[in-house]
Parts: sequence; structure tokens; C-alpha cells
Amino acid sequence: MPEPIVATNDFVVKFANVNGSGSASANELFAKCVLRMGVPVASRNIFPSNIQGLPTWYEVRISAANWLGRRGGVDLMVAMNPQTWDKDVASIDPGGYLFYDSTKPLPPSKFREDTNSIGVPLTDICNRNYTDPRQRQLFKNIIYIGALASLLSIEPKVVEDAIAAQFQGKEKLIAPNVKAFRLGYDYAGEHLAGACGLKLERANEVGDRIFIGGNDAAALGCVYGGATVAAWYPITPSTSLAEEFGNHCREFRVDPETKEHRYAIVQAEDEIAAIGMVIGAGWNGARAFTATSGPGISLMQEFFGLAYFAEIPAVIFDIQRGGPSTGMPTRTQQSDILLCAYASHGDTKHVLLFPKDPGEAFTFAADAFDLAERLQTPVFVMMDLDIGMNDWLVPPLEWDDSRRYDRGKIMSRDELEAGKIFGRYLDVDGDAIPYRTLPGTHPTKGSYFTRGTSRDRFAKYSEEGAVYVDNMQRLLRKIDTAKSLVPAPIRHDAKQKARFGVIYYGSTTVAMEEALAALEAQGLHLDTLRVRAFPFSEDVNEFINAHDQVFVVEQNRDAQFQKLLVNECAVDPARTISILHYDGTPITARFITGAIADRMNLNQRQEAAE
Amino acid sequence: MTYITKPKLRHPGLPKNNLGFTHRDYEGSISTLCAGCGHDSISASLIQACFELDIEPHRVAKLSGIGCSSKTPDYLLGNSHGFNSVHGRMPSVLTGANLANRDLIYMGISGDGDSASIGLGQFAHCVRRGVNMVYICENNGVYGLTKGQFSATADKGSKSKTAVNSDSPIDLVSLALILGATFVARSFSGDKKQLIPLLKAAITHRGSAVIDVVSPCVQFNNNPASTKSYDFVREHNEAVNRLDFIEPRAQITVDYEPGTVEIVTQHDGSQLKLSKLHGSYDARDRVAAMTYLQEHHAKGEVVTGLLYLDPEPEDLHAHLNTIATPLNTLGEKELCPGAKKLADVNESYR
Repeated sequence: MPEPIVATNDFVVKFANVNGSGSASANELFAKCVLRMGVPVASRNIFPSNIQGLPTWYEVRISAANWLGRRGGVDLMVAMNPQTWDKDVASIDPGGYLFYDSTKPLPPSKFREDTNSIGVPLTDICNRNYTDPRQRQLFKNIIYIGALASLLSIEPKVVEDAIAAQFQGKEKLIAPNVKAFRLGYDYAGEHLAGACGLKLERANEVGDRIFIGGNDAAALGCVYGGATVAAWYPITPSTSLAEEFGNHCREFRVDPETKEHRYAIVQAEDEIAAIGMVIGAGWNGARAFTATSGPGISLMQEFFGLAYFAEIPAVIFDIQRGGPSTGMPTRTQQSDILLCAYASHGDTKHVLLFPKDPGEAFTFAADAFDLAERLQTPVFVMMDLDIGMNDWLVPPLEWDDSRRYDRGKIMSRDELEAGKIFGRYLDVDGDAIPYRTLPGTHPTKGSYFTRGTSRDRFAKYSEEGAVYVDNMQRLLRKIDTAKSLVPAPIRHDAKQKARFGVIYYGSTTVAMEEALAALEAQGLHLDTLRVRAFPFSEDVNEFINAHDQVFVVEQNRDAQFQKLLVNECAVDPARTISILHYDGTPITARFITGAIADRMNLNQRQEAAE
Repeated sequence: MTYITKPKLRHPGLPKNNLGFTHRDYEGSISTLCAGCGHDSISASLIQACFELDIEPHRVAKLSGIGCSSKTPDYLLGNSHGFNSVHGRMPSVLTGANLANRDLIYMGISGDGDSASIGLGQFAHCVRRGVNMVYICENNGVYGLTKGQFSATADKGSKSKTAVNSDSPIDLVSLALILGATFVARSFSGDKKQLIPLLKAAITHRGSAVIDVVSPCVQFNNNPASTKSYDFVREHNEAVNRLDFIEPRAQITVDYEPGTVEIVTQHDGSQLKLSKLHGSYDARDRVAAMTYLQEHHAKGEVVTGLLYLDPEPEDLHAHLNTIATPLNTLGEKELCPGAKKLADVNESYR
């Protein structure tokens, strides 16, 4: 029997529940309580594509050291789902704890010898205190939160305050929930003192940070970034982005006097119509976006080509999930990279942004509208389920009131009137970005016919080879211009000169940061580059060529980002080593650490042998 | 419709409308369609309708999909912006454009392949949303650009050079009625006297106006057996009414026999004088219109005219309660809640 794990403010609690049982809000309450103790939390929902009855998990990473990615492993399993009992029990780290409902005795074979079992007769407590079946179900969740609070030394006042906050506006529910909490808290206090070596201690590590989901933050970014038209089709895991946009618009965009809306949201008949509406609105000078996931991106392909070729601003949020096909609709992946980078038939290339967390999702969402209008092209904000649908602890969102929207090159009525030459596809400034006019600008000047067919610099239909090539070359130069406008990669060099580098992006960042600390502790040093956008800047090329080997860490099977690097940069593919995690769960620090350490140690051994 | 390049010089005696524009100001590029194509007549009727309505050409946005019909926006209103989008998806692009700027006049110009085949879904949803537009389907029953395949409006039993169509046809007019269009008409490209007033009424209508215009394809579907041929339509045209469009401020001076003429006032004050050609037909009865269409279709007749009109329509903007100012003119001041509000937002996530 290994020693029971003893840890303070640094452990992983995983809740195994049945979905539709009301466990989600109780589990969130738990995470909020830890935050209220001043201890940072990262929580992740692992849920099925289903409304009721299937297994669901909620993993809470508690880390005073601020490691907010998934660590890997479980220290305390709250096993509330008999369906998944065996697997849940098996996933506990040796010396860890199993918290379970001990109302009905279970055979010893159901337990492990190397873990510590903590039984609380939850059903029994419920049945003695409640008669209504729904109440029994809901309060059982709060009772286990109470027991956990006692076991982990969470201050009862903290839980009671969190309950009051959760039921703000529904005050009648506060007292019964506090009562349920007390039932669990008191039971554990009486019967289970000292049963758990995991403890929470009040700390001051949360600061002014906020706990927010990426879809919600991106939706706020759309409001701040001036989006007025949203067209979308429901698809997990992107749905809440469009819905939150509606919620924020109702708060901020309704005229106080007339009650009229300064926004238009249309739930389209499908993703094709959604992107069509976005392109129509973008053509007509409104900031417009859609939010979707892989299958929607597949459906929108033809329109992406139109927007690229006809040069129409559009913002697309791709909340990536497990593909291909319907794949794993409620699991996370970074597997639409190539699909988006070269979306549509013919030669295309698109601007992609890779936010690392909900904080950047807010910033990049607002930036995306500036970029789309400046570059007159679709801009993809590449999020994923992990960022989009989980609440993350991030610095408070910021907005500079002096910021002005960059509407790009729009020729005005006055400029047309003054006789300024207008050629819709004419590169006047040498940056390959032409001027556009908006419909309805001038009675006799500046109108043109927008089309997906080839045309000359003055928007006149032409299938002449030279004219077509001229235009395609300009489009390529426009993507070059984009390189200097998109968020630059962020480089961190190791404390000592490193021969190895690592490139990563998006939601991998948080687990990567912890992995780097762990690797450094093992004496393994790496320079790092977090890429935040495509097309890649020259820095990416330089970084790869400055190292003997560069790990590329990503969450898909086919090393899509690595392929994009090899395709777009002048680098030897042999310099890159892919670290791939694609089982649908967010990548963990332990996984990255293990994979990189193995490879670097192997390398050192080989060199020593030579 | 402008077949041959005309001199830029304008005859000083050309008639002008109330805005001082001549007919020439509403023309577009030279048509590249086949000589005798019904679509060119429709373009000409649209030009005439806009001229007569004193519309500023640049206040119109012309949108289309792909196909012969979808090329026509280039051949009219050269001072308007046009958007030749992708096949069957014009309705969504038009919807988005309309959301961005509710002040323009939106013309969706499509064909039977674009609207009834690949684009049936978008056609349906755009109509049921009540997008304020004129949706014109230039209906010839065939794919012209790909040389004569049947479209979804082709009659069962129609013959092409190589095949007989065995599929049932889709009637866009019946569909539009079911889907809640607030202005539904059918006309014939060869009957400008009927088509121009219908277009004028549709343009001034503030809701989803659908006009199905039978427009013979002289290359691939103008044979005697086709119900989309010049001869067939002329012989079987069953007009339910004759429409006179009366400007908002004009007085109705004509005398008429009670019961034979119906006057409908539209939202903008324009009046539609409907001379009944068929005694019992009531253009404000949606259900009766559907029945009438079915009965006459069964007899092999092509029913034309203003088939249904809701004089008090609601459009998508009314449903969404969007502000009167076009969304594309709003800036930071109207759209961005600012840093102070963001501090409150942050607080709510702690």
C-alpha cells in the first residue's frame, strides 16, 4: 500500500456523474469555492453528446502554482456514476482517494488496495431528509460538496457565500441548499476527520482574475469589436458563442429609449446560409461573423473561396471538436488547421488566429474584425472545445477606449466625387490591398459587379490568363501583408543555450507551460515559440532554423500544424518532431513532459554512445 | 438589355424622370445572352420599372447566384452594386446584405436551377423570414449554361434532345404562398405590359415579393411541347387580373365599375389598381390563391398576374426589431460598451 497522497493546494479532483442529474452546477460550485479560498482552479467538463443518462466528468485542477492546463492523473475521484465505476476507480493515482456513496455495501473487489476509500451514505442521508425524488437527486449533489468541503478543509462560510452568489435572484433556494451542504459537511466532520490528505489552505493566488469560458469571452469580443450581424447554425461546441452574443447584445446593444436593436442575429437554416449571410453583410459594410465547428467549416467551403477571391471581410469562429465526420462532437481537438488554412477549391490561403485561452479569445475576436476589414478576406479564429466550453481563470478583460475600429480601405462618396480613381482590384498602395466601395455610396461612381469569376483590376469579367495571374499574384502578396498585421509569435528562450525548441499554439499553451517547468526541473532545456497566427511571420522560420530539433506539439493525429510549417516555411522537415495528442481530452502536462523527455533523453544517450 | 455598344453621347431630347435620369442611366453592360432570350426582356422591364419609379440607381443592390439568369444583373442598373455569388445561395447573401443596410432596394435575380434545384432550401428560408426584397425567378425550365439539362421546374414529360423528364415539377409560386411571401406574382417575359407594373409594385412592397417570370430559353426549351415556350405561354396564359401601378401621390382619376376593380394601398402610399379579369379572384386571400392555382394548373393553364398581396407586410427587420439606422453606419460610439462597462463585466465573472 503506497503512502496516502498528501498535498496542499495542488491536486486534481475528478467528478464522475450521470448527465442530466444536476451535477454540473454543484461541481461548478465546488470550483468556485476553491477560487474563493484564493486558490487557482482549472475546470474541465468532459461530457457526452446527449441530454440525459450518459456518463459525464468534471475535472478540477487545483494549483496554487497556477498550472492551469490538465496535469494528468487523479488524486481524488468523486465516483457518482455506477456505469463508469470500474474505469473511474482504475484512473486514480496510487495513494489517491476514492469518494463514493456508501449507502449500499459494495464487494471488496470493487475497490483497489492502493487507494483510500472514503464512503459517505449520500442516498441514505438524502432519503432521511427529503421526500421529493427530484430534491433527493439535486440535494445529493450539494451534500457531497458539503462532505468534500469538510474533507478538504474548505471554510464553510466560503461555501455558503458561493451558494448565495449562485442563487442570486432566486433567494428562496439559498436556505435549502445551505441545509443540504451542512448535512454533508457535518457528516464528514463527525465520521471522516483526517481521512483525506488533500487540503486547501487559504491563499492569495487568484488576484483579480476572472473565471470565464472562451465562447462567452469571444462573444464579448464580438460586441466590443463592433460586430452587428451574426448568422449561425447550432452545432456543438460553438453554439454558446452565438447565444452569448445574443445575451451580451441584449445587455449592451438595445437602445434605452426605443428598445430597438443595434444588432441582428439570424439562426440560419444551415451553415452554408450562415456564412452566406455573413458574406452578404460584410460586402455591404457591416461587421459580421459566424460561429461553427468542423462539420460547419466543411459545408462552408465554397463560400470561403468566394470571400477570398471576391475579397470580402468575414469572421469565422471555429470551435474545433473531434473529427472527421461527426467524430467526437463533445470532445476537443485541433484538427481543422489545414482545412481552414487552405479552405475551398482552387488556390487559397486564409488568415487564422490561435487564441490560447478565453482571455485571448476576447482580444482576438475583436482583432479579427479589424483584420478582416483591413485585409478584405475571411479571418478564422481557431478555438476548440477546451477553450470554448470550459471556464478558465484568466486576467480581467481589457479595452482601450481610445481604440478605433479599423474599417480598412473604403472609398468614400467624397473621394469618388473628387475624382479619385477607383479600381476594385487595383493595388494602389503597394500592399496588395485594393480599395472597396460600399453599395449605395455614389449615384454614378464607384459601383462594380462583385463576382467569384476572374476579373481585371477594374472588376471587369476576364478569363485572360495574364489578367487572372496578375490577380492571383496580388492575392498572394496580400497574404504577405497579413504577416505583419496578425498577432506575432511569442518566443521564450531557455535559461541556457538550447539545441531543442518547441512550437505550440492554442489551448495546448497552459499544459505546455507546466511541462516546460517539469522538463527544466529534469535539466532539459528548450526554447519555445507560441505561434498565434497564420500566415507565419519570418520569426517562425528563424526559430526552426535556429535549433537542431523543434518539437511541434498539437492535438490532432496528422501533425497538421507541422505540415503547415513545412509547407510554408523554408525548413527541413527532419528538424521537426511531432508530439501528438488526439484522444479527445485536452492534452496534459504529464503527456507532453513524458513525450519530450523521452525523446531528449534518447538523443542524449545516442550522442553519448557515439 | 443592351445588345450593341451605344454611343456615350446622349440625345438631349431623351425623356427624363423626376430625378433627371434618362433611361440610359438605368442600363448596364452589354448582354451576352442568346438573341431572343426571355431574360433580356425581363432586364428591360426592370430598367423601365426603375426609371418609371424614379429610383436612384445606386440605391439598388442586385444579387444573383449562378446561371444565365444570374448573369443578368450585370446587364442592368450599371450604377448599382451587384453581387454574383455562388450557385443557389443568393438568398443568404441577400439576407446578410439587407441586414447590414436596410435602406437599399434589394433585387434577387435568379433562375429555376438556382432557385428550385440547388437553391430550393435557401429560397424557402429567405421567403419565410420575410426579407424585404424583390425575388425574381427567370424561369425557363432548363439549365442553359450547361446546355439544356432539366431543372426542377421542368414539366413531367418534357423532352430534351436526349431525355424525357420523369420528375414532378416544383412550382415556386405555390411554394412562395405556402412559405408566407407577402407579394406573389407570376408573369411572362414576353408580356411587358403585365410585367412592368408587377415589378413596380414588387419594388415598392416592403416585404418578401416573389415574381416567377416564365422566360423561354430559345436555345434549349422553346419547343412546342414545352410549357416554358413562347407559343405555349401565349396560348395558355390565364391572367387573373391586370395591374396598374399608381404613384404614392397620384390621384386615381379613372372611373371604374364597382366590383371589377380593386384598389390596394401599399405601405409607402402607392396604390395598386387591380382590374379583375377573373370575376371571383381575390388577391388578398392566400388560401383561395393556392386553390385557384392548383385547379388551373390541373387544366394545363399558366396562371399569371398578382396572385397574392398582403398590403401590410412585416419584414425581417421588424421581426428582429433592428434600429432604423443601417447597421453598417454604426461606429464605436453606438456599438462598443467601453472600458468602464467591461470592468463590471469582469466583476460578474469573479
